[in-house]
Amino acid sequence: MSMTSATPAARYIGQSVTRKEDQRLLTGHGQYVDDITLPGLLHAAFVRSDIARGAITRVDADAARALPGVVAVYTWSDFHGGFGASWHAMLGEELMVPPPLAITDVRHVGDPIAIVVATSRYIAEDACDLIEVDIDAQDAVVEFSTAAEDTDNLVHAGWGLTTNAMMAVPFTPMSPDLDQAFDDAAHVVDCTIRQNRYVCVPMEGRGIVADYSTGRDELDVVCSCQSVHETRNFFSRYLQIPESSVRVSARDVGGGFGQKMFVFREECAVVLASRLLGQPVKWIEDRHENLVAAPHSRNEQGVVRLAIDADQIIQAITIDHVGDVGAYPACPAVMNPQLLPGPYKIPRLGFSMNMVWTNTMGKGAYRGPWMFETTAREMAIDNAARVLDIDPIEFRRRNLLAAADLPFTSPGLQVFSEITPLETLEQALEMLDYDAFRAEQKAARAEGRLLGLGCSVYVEPTSMSGPTLATEGATIRVESSGKVVAFLGTTSHGQSVETTMAQVVADTVGVRYEDVTIVQADTQSTPYGPGTGGSRTAVIAGGAARQAGEVVRDKIVQIAAHHMEADPADLEVSNGVVSVAGTPARSMTVKEVADHAYRFADQLPADLGAGLEATVRFKPTRFPTWSNATHLCVVEIDRDTCVPHVVRYIVSEDCGRMINPSVVEGQIFGGVIQGMGGVLLEDFVYDSSGNPLTTTFMDYLLPTTTEVPEIEIGHIETESTTNPGGYKGMGECGAIGAHAAVANA
Amino acid sequence: MSTNHDVKVTVNGRERTGTVEARKTLADFLREDLGLTGTHLACEHGVCGACTVIVDDRAVRACLQFAVQVEGTSITTVEGLATDGELNPVQRAFMNEHGLQCGFCTPGFVVSATALLASNPDPSDQEIREGLSGNICRCTGYQGIIRAVRSAATEMRASQ
Repeated sequence: MSMTSATPAARYIGQSVTRKEDQRLLTGHGQYVDDITLPGLLHAAFVRSDIARGAITRVDADAARALPGVVAVYTWSDFHGGFGASWHAMLGEELMVPPPLAITDVRHVGDPIAIVVATSRYIAEDACDLIEVDIDAQDAVVEFSTAAEDTDNLVHAGWGLTTNAMMAVPFTPMSPDLDQAFDDAAHVVDCTIRQNRYVCVPMEGRGIVADYSTGRDELDVVCSCQSVHETRNFFSRYLQIPESSVRVSARDVGGGFGQKMFVFREECAVVLASRLLGQPVKWIEDRHENLVAAPHSRNEQGVVRLAIDADQIIQAITIDHVGDVGAYPACPAVMNPQLLPGPYKIPRLGFSMNMVWTNTMGKGAYRGPWMFETTAREMAIDNAARVLDIDPIEFRRRNLLAAADLPFTSPGLQVFSEITPLETLEQALEMLDYDAFRAEQKAARAEGRLLGLGCSVYVEPTSMSGPTLATEGATIRVESSGKVVAFLGTTSHGQSVETTMAQVVADTVGVRYEDVTIVQADTQSTPYGPGTGGSRTAVIAGGAARQAGEVVRDKIVQIAAHHMEADPADLEVSNGVVSVAGTPARSMTVKEVADHAYRFADQLPADLGAGLEATVRFKPTRFPTWSNATHLCVVEIDRDTCVPHVVRYIVSEDCGRMINPSVVEGQIFGGVIQGMGGVLLEDFVYDSSGNPLTTTFMDYLLPTTTEVPEIEIGHIETESTTNPGGYKGMGECGAIGAHAAVANA
Repeated sequence: MSTNHDVKVTVNGRERTGTVEARKTLADFLREDLGLTGTHLACEHGVCGACTVIVDDRAVRACLQFAVQVEGTSITTVEGLATDGELNPVQRAFMNEHGLQCGFCTPGFVVSATALLASNPDPSDQEIREGLSGNICRCTGYQGIIRAVRSAATEMRASQ
């Protein structure tokens, strides 16, 4: 079939339409994993190590097993040999999910040793208290910056390893004249930047209901996850049953931020328990578990060196980096060194990287997992400005890329186009009224007040390629009622996907937003997708939704043209009505078209097949889709209490064409406050023995309404050409930029 | 072994009864025994406010109360805020101001804000912030939430 009709003008795209998710979520009718109940449902709880490193010498579960209501207590030996491969397609076969339970030794506090399954969560927890575990404690490896040199205490001696270094990339000059640039520099300024350990903390912790039917050899899973399809594929391999025998769904997910991207060892234990018992088993982690034993993040350090010439042009940047991946990383997400020069015209780059194991909770993804490059660079630039006694804003102006400099290939071999670094800086400065601020600051300092301004500029690689991530699928169907359903491979843990994708579908097909429903997060009905994360949904799923919508709209036009005896080229579809352009009286509704497609399909010409449905897979024309932003933060520190107060926070960002400005701004707000929290409040702390000290919300402090500023946002919309809608990802941006902006202030 | 206790309460205008262990929390009683899963548990140690419900006109944390403590009281949960499917002004304002994203903390926020505006119909911005400081949201940075409560207060005063 030929493409016959032009895409209708945007009616919903660009509008802050009411979210489709809100009615159910506001009235308490969302469906999160803990809301699921099933006949015969059992409840699981874990016994975890309270020792960071040591050999398990005894586990006595007799008293627990004797407790009425306890159905089973499993340790490693019960699961050993009972499962297959445990890798994720996105991460590769080498990085396996650790065994569901500790085997002979524990490697971090929180390491699961036993799982109790009982008729209620209360009884399961009672039973955990009755299980006696003896551990022969050994010295733990806690401080990551020196862990690689420690050969006496090894995190993974049990694997026969003789080092704590997971990966070491020796210093790599990306430019042949790097040394010369430092020799020639008027100024060489170096500093050590350390970003503390702070964590995702989704308000809904992790959780799973696993229902293994031994009679059918089928697994049905509902879990709080970011990728139902990858979870399904994982358990298909893990249990060695076909993908079609595994169903994974996740209707509502209470936040993820990267933490829930991959399958957890606890989920493996619950699935194995369900299979051994032939009964559904639910595990809902508590907050203590989420803080102590769900993937951690950040915790990286780097020595950054800048070579600066007499005109204050940065001629080279290098970093010697080390990042903590904990004992069992869910994914070893650390800084992307190729992005270290960021959106600057810096011509030379060099880096070394080290990822080290420690006896702490393993690392996972967190909103911009590679973002230490921004924290390190932006803090190093402010530090250099201080050392050279120059204005950090003017220093950035001299070095930033502007739209006119593009395309630009960085020394990290990143090809930038369609970004606006200098333009966002200027917009943010205008929003602040920079000159007025400096005057106010001068007056404040004269009064002895501590008023500071921090800046952070960055470029974000959204919608990256890499294993599994390059494409998304969409199936769009006009039902016989004329209503439209789009089946997407996405999940949503707060991103408003049901809303934004419905806007795209409504505009593309030419129907009312109210008549579009998005079905997602169910492997039984939706096309494969690797999951929602990496700021990829608008670009890639949006591209798929749009292309599938175009095919469906064309078929609507073809069928209508046949029945109206009109030229397809003269027809337009808008608001659920197909009409002849310029002659609106000649029309038929999409519902009438659907009737012809289904009920009266025998009357269609032979070249027009029955039904109104299309499936496409979309791949952007290139990777990644760049977006960018500038953050400005004004902080006043109380001289008496030393408490910092964020006075103003300004973001100027360019995420291309916005599908829904409220959703865009909501993502920025949330990310900024997470980054701000990481600097001012949040810090996950271990003592020198590897004991976690911040295990409740009374110790691990999250920002609340009384700490947050009003965030001001300016937009520049430079459309991306990687996808037909001109979109760019932006889900991670707030969290990437905020750390350095707040710290610099 | 534990002794069970009978509980009789009015929840969202309806009389409900149950038999519970003394240690069963109000939150678990609402969720498991009464099937009202809108009340969410996010910390279970009284900090995050996700489980907030109104007991006899007072906002309380359902994770820190035992079911047996609410015998004879009248309780409003998030499911009881809307009337005949029509959102209350706070819920409506959350919808209009993008006051929620993942929605997990949302029941606690709308219940807390409803209770706040019932006791203080004309709160200052500072009073809104302090009134909601016992609820944690991880998605929104509180921007839409604060706007929503401000706008709900205005709307409720206008319709008085």
